[in-house]
Amino acid sequence: MRVMAQMAMVMNLDKCIGCHTCSVTCKQAWTNRTGVEYAWFNNVETRPGQGYPRRYEDQEAWRGGWTLNKRGRLALKGGGRVRKLLSIFSNPKLPLLEDYYEPWTYDYETLTSAPAQEHTPVARPKSAITGRDMKITWSANWDDNLGGSADHGERDVMLKGVEEKVKFEFEQTFMFYLPRICEHCLNPSCAASCPSGAIYKRSEDGIVLVDQDRCRGWRMCVSGCPYKKVYFNHRTGKAEKCTFCFPRIEVGMPTVCAETCVGRLRYIGLVLYDADRVLEAAATADEKDLYEAQRSVFLDPHDPAVAEAAQAAGIPRDWVLAAQRSPVYALINKYKVALPLHPEYRTMPMVWYIPPLSPVVDVVRESGFDAEDRGNLFAAIDALRIPVEYLAGFFSAGDPEPVRRVLQTLASMRSYMREINLGREADESIAAAAGMSGEQMYDMYRLLALAKYNERYVIPSAHAEQAHSLEELATQCSLEYEGGPGMGGSGAQAPPAVRDQRALRERQGASADSDAAPARVNLFAWDGRGRPQGMFPHRREPSAQEGSAHESSAHPGSAQGAGVGGAGVEGDGGAGGAR
Amino acid sequence: MSGNDSAVNVLLWVAVPYAAIAVFVVGHYWRYRFDKFGWTTRSSQVYERRLLRWGSPLFHFGILAVFFGHVVGLLVPESWTAALGVSEGMYHAVAFSVGTLAGLAAVAGVAILVYRRRTVGSVFSATTRNDKAMYVLLAVTLLLGLGTTLYGTLSGHPHDYRQTVSPWLRSVLLLRPHAGLILGAPLGFRLHVLAACALFAYWPFSRLVHVFSAPVGYLTRPYIVYRSRDPRLSSSRAARRGWEKAS
Repeated sequence: MRVMAQMAMVMNLDKCIGCHTCSVTCKQAWTNRTGVEYAWFNNVETRPGQGYPRRYEDQEAWRGGWTLNKRGRLALKGGGRVRKLLSIFSNPKLPLLEDYYEPWTYDYETLTSAPAQEHTPVARPKSAITGRDMKITWSANWDDNLGGSADHGERDVMLKGVEEKVKFEFEQTFMFYLPRICEHCLNPSCAASCPSGAIYKRSEDGIVLVDQDRCRGWRMCVSGCPYKKVYFNHRTGKAEKCTFCFPRIEVGMPTVCAETCVGRLRYIGLVLYDADRVLEAAATADEKDLYEAQRSVFLDPHDPAVAEAAQAAGIPRDWVLAAQRSPVYALINKYKVALPLHPEYRTMPMVWYIPPLSPVVDVVRESGFDAEDRGNLFAAIDALRIPVEYLAGFFSAGDPEPVRRVLQTLASMRSYMREINLGREADESIAAAAGMSGEQMYDMYRLLALAKYNERYVIPSAHAEQAHSLEELATQCSLEYEGGPGMGGSGAQAPPAVRDQRALRERQGASADSDAAPARVNLFAWDGRGRPQGMFPHRREPSAQEGSAHESSAHPGSAQGAGVGGAGVEGDGGAGGAR
Repeated sequence: MSGNDSAVNVLLWVAVPYAAIAVFVVGHYWRYRFDKFGWTTRSSQVYERRLLRWGSPLFHFGILAVFFGHVVGLLVPESWTAALGVSEGMYHAVAFSVGTLAGLAAVAGVAILVYRRRTVGSVFSATTRNDKAMYVLLAVTLLLGLGTTLYGTLSGHPHDYRQTVSPWLRSVLLLRPHAGLILGAPLGFRLHVLAACALFAYWPFSRLVHVFSAPVGYLTRPYIVYRSRDPRLSSSRAARRGWEKAS
């Protein structure tokens, strides 16, 4: 057993309202640059729909991911090493810009510089690639909310096999939103496809990254990734991809997409897995068994043997503790309601999804029946074969059974919680039928419906600081080389964003009169309660109303970062903690 | 030293080649040391695929064959092949046929690629001045070499460059430069050599550096690369001066 830790995500699709906030904030943070105008590390697709880039799931055309060769061994679907090198001068399976879309801007200047005229001047779209006038015909979410699907909806790759059952008629249709980021796979085919070896998986947290200094722009990763989540920056000539916001994760903050998610549908946490068994699981003969195979690779962090092996593998103790509290592990392996996206690509993806029950609920409700009733919902799940079969194409390689089981579990939870919410006796038979105890069902409900920030994002920080402090104990800071973290001693301040976030968290977690005075005026983290600390000189005689709120500012400024937000995310001492 | 050591000859056939080699070597070191981020093929395939699919492999496979032909033709002395029983006539026939094929492929590839650069709007707007200069140097060198070879052979007087250009190049590479050796070569070949010198001097500053990234290591490395986030391992370059991390 070789224990490795993986930072993973689960998205609850029932809660996604398709607002694209995650996409927009991600874009602002990562891809608002020339060369990646067309790239969305996070995008939200309406399904049924073609997705982004168009028809990316058609692996017979794009040949991304892995497949089993004649001998039953795992092989890159796009061809092995020799074939990759021979086709290096012209990648045969590279999506063109037109498969994504041609990015554009508008000549806003004409709005103000146009001469006086009869008609209102308009800002015409200009291609961001050529600078010429262009006609906008597609974008990253052109078929949002089934827009245009009467015309091209049948081009959805996942409709294959169920196309005659899915009608794009207004009355009969169903849809859901699918937010997608890089899957940070356990067996990433992008990394395997990279001739330069520039794409690597971080051994600490499993985040898959492109080394911009080593990438030589061969573009094989773009073809190799079946999710088409590696993008070619056409200005710099280098591949770029979702980074799981690693600078934020490293200090215990969730990714930008998760942080800004309006529906609070994303969960981030650690999963421990047995790295020795990944390839074996990925080579499972029947692709319908891949979901269970991948689940079996994950290790139970509560198992003492696993904790011991993790420690032997150099995984810090607080990481194991975080893995035990991981909402991702709970949703995948405890409640078993999260499913992987396209396990049949055999990359062992690590962003999982709770399939949406809402299309079923909507149908039941519109038909006038009780949509909270388990029997009605179960009947609808079975009768409405389309959502189940269609969803199975996404989450279980076409096997409807796991999807049906998850939807039934979610339906049971609705019924079970309704009894409680109406003040009736909880019907334990509902929970039992779903294979759970009433307590478990309630816990699952809590995690899905009520979980607070610190329960949704259990992100242990401070790997570097730990390595550092361990080294520091033994050797008095052996990292004091040029540019190293030890440079300048261990008391270096955390970056401003981290300080702000900590201050904000402290303020949110603290009552008004317990604020420790920060070392500097921080308007960014000021929540409007009281007066920003240090902004004004302390009043010697506080008025009766204001009372002790400002009394506290009389305390001499405590050291920066001294307050440890008790909220469960450890490592608040962080890089900057005074030691 | 021969009697052909006029100042101009020494300049053209000793100073210029050494300057080109020096710039080539030092330039690559400099580029790799300070501009790893800029070290890329800067592919334009995302813009256009139809023309590239023919032009790029034609050019690249052609130029690879041309390169290996040059290695054999320039670095292997005629006496060695003669000792193997290969006559000048045989050698020339093989070299001419294979070399011409490879050269024509490369030239056709360049022609397609230049046509593509010029006619496809998105590719054209992604073409920098640096690229244009590179294309000119590359095309001129290619055409001079191929043209002189074709002209010599078709006019019935093929020039045996292994008596002139090859010994000269070896004398330069062995640090015993002998300018007079190349003077017997036709003007076309001499211009070809000078153009190549210019190309080599320009090389480290252009996208041509990607030649040195030929990913042969891919054949032997494991598919999945794991790296620790230890800053000493995960950052392959030191922070640039003025860009160090603020603490």
